[in-house]
Amino acid sequence: MNQLVPLFVVIPLAGAFLIMILGRFFSELNKYLASAILLILAVFSIYSLVTTGENPALYKTGGWEPVNKIPIGIYMVMDGFTVIVLCIINIVGFLSVFYSISYIKRYTAENYYYSLFCLMVAGMNGVVLSGDLFNIFVFLEISVISAYALVAFGVEKNELEASFKYQVLGGIASFLILFGIGFIYWKTKTLNIADIRHVFSTGYNRTYYLFVEILILTGFGLKAAIIPFHAWLPDAHSSAPSPISAMLSGVLIKAAGIYVIIRLFFNMFIITENMAVLITTLGTLSMVIGVFLAIGQWDIKRLLAYHSISQMGYVVMSAGIGMILISRGIKPEIASLAVAGGIFHLVNHAVFKGLLFLNAGAIEYTIGTRDLREMGGLAKSMPATHATSFVASMSISGIPPFNGFFSKLIIIIAAVLAKFYLLAALAVIVSIITLASFLKFQRYAFFNNSDNNKNLNIKEVPFPMIFSMVVLSILCVFLSLLAIPAVRDVFLTPAINILTDTLKYSTSILGK
Amino acid sequence: MKGMTLIVKKTTQLMAGIVFMYGIYVIVHGHLTPGGGFAGGVIIAGSLILVTLAFGSDFLKLVKEEAGTTLIESFATLMFILIAVSGFFFGTRIFFNNFLPKGVVGHLISAGVLPLYNIFVGTEVAASIFIIFLSLIIFKEESAQ
Repeated sequence: MNQLVPLFVVIPLAGAFLIMILGRFFSELNKYLASAILLILAVFSIYSLVTTGENPALYKTGGWEPVNKIPIGIYMVMDGFTVIVLCIINIVGFLSVFYSISYIKRYTAENYYYSLFCLMVAGMNGVVLSGDLFNIFVFLEISVISAYALVAFGVEKNELEASFKYQVLGGIASFLILFGIGFIYWKTKTLNIADIRHVFSTGYNRTYYLFVEILILTGFGLKAAIIPFHAWLPDAHSSAPSPISAMLSGVLIKAAGIYVIIRLFFNMFIITENMAVLITTLGTLSMVIGVFLAIGQWDIKRLLAYHSISQMGYVVMSAGIGMILISRGIKPEIASLAVAGGIFHLVNHAVFKGLLFLNAGAIEYTIGTRDLREMGGLAKSMPATHATSFVASMSISGIPPFNGFFSKLIIIIAAVLAKFYLLAALAVIVSIITLASFLKFQRYAFFNNSDNNKNLNIKEVPFPMIFSMVVLSILCVFLSLLAIPAVRDVFLTPAINILTDTLKYSTSILGK
Repeated sequence: MKGMTLIVKKTTQLMAGIVFMYGIYVIVHGHLTPGGGFAGGVIIAGSLILVTLAFGSDFLKLVKEEAGTTLIESFATLMFILIAVSGFFFGTRIFFNNFLPKGVVGHLISAGVLPLYNIFVGTEVAASIFIIFLSLIIFKEESAQ
């Protein structure tokens, strides 16, 4: 197993360039090749999820062994948290690319689309697997630069404007991240995350690293669109082609933003209470403000994009609660519960937000508009889209028995047990407002003015699109099983342990 | 795009070959001297750009050239990945493994797979910089039409 870790990066990277060459000679091949690549990766990631246990799998690229126990090569690390995010990336990636087989036909230059898609997946897999800071930066750039191009794929005025805004803010974020990495390298003389943690344990200059932590949090916060840094997200996510919106909202902001923030702040920096409180505050702000920005929207994809900010707020907030408890050194089991809720919600959000964007794409595909006021009565003519979007809407609003209910419940319970009553109350209120805005979506898109003659001869979308939506909606129901303690112990507990036991990551990699 | 005067054309004819050869020199000595795949690739792209600017080219030919260059670029990247993956199959079964004999330090053929990496990085960089240049001209010609 250890030997095959780099394949997560190699397969999509080679696939991207193979599509560029072969797609030129066989015009129909690109979509099947891309689907096959992502299917292999999805199967492979599920296999990794099942086989990776408590101990991180380590891969030394190029075979460079550590000298005096100081790592000198590039490390790739696959632990409990990594495999969960890998699963999200590759499964949602496969379903999005399969959905694209029908959806992307109306655009030209399909070769570029599938090639960029594979590059984006390669970059995200790289970010998640990389064990050193600089490679996180390199892979981050691979994935976001592909994302800039994919957002502008329609090359209309809106798309180009959104892509430009995304590029400017993404460029600032990359600059801040590189700046932060430089500061860390200057003081610690190493880039390996585990080794940096080891150096930090020997001496930690709090004022110096406070600046670095702020730089890193701002940089990755921009990539993750936490609230003061969210300006690019609604434009970029609503202008991209729908499968790409599903990838951006469902996966990219997690793999390139939230994952790195959680990984670095739990496993690399020494957790300080100030930072923990700051992260919790930012999470709470995103949660509350995001939902209020969302509820007034009439463009479906903008509405969904603002909800991404809000739902990511839940994840950041619960991770922040975990950090506060760890920094105070009290109630470790509640800290675990909070982190568990965060990771569980991360997985759930990838599934239901991916599904909702695919639904929005299906509606746009058939009636050609994204404005809720021009829709109505689609429930009869598009039964599959209606059923799956209902599942996703109930799931994101936290209605049992769907997965969103359980993760929100765990987050709220953890907040109450940790005596953050205000945060728990806000989480409940935000969930109710989310329900309201998704009832609006359901009513205007599927039920309103059903006697409208305009929508009578609408047909359901083609098979690949239905297939992706149905699989994701089944996942929405089945992921609730992760709330059962026995199932949680197998899949979530390794991830939680590696995060809450903050030294475990560095000791198990360095072996000291 | 129109070409330039006879003086420029003649000077370019004299210079471009030398610049191209110098790029190849920098690439193949990448493991011995400063420079390497990236620097040499940029120099090669510079010689190609020089010729295109001096002699000019019509729109259709530019588009065709851009398509061919994209193919070369993808091929070079694929070869790079192939060499990296072949580390799996030879020696200690590790990705990016330097599986060829290392040779004597200072000789042109030494350092295992590094010269091969340099050659393909050079091809890739030359192709991609030339593509950027071609795309800019094609965009300008398209908006002029």
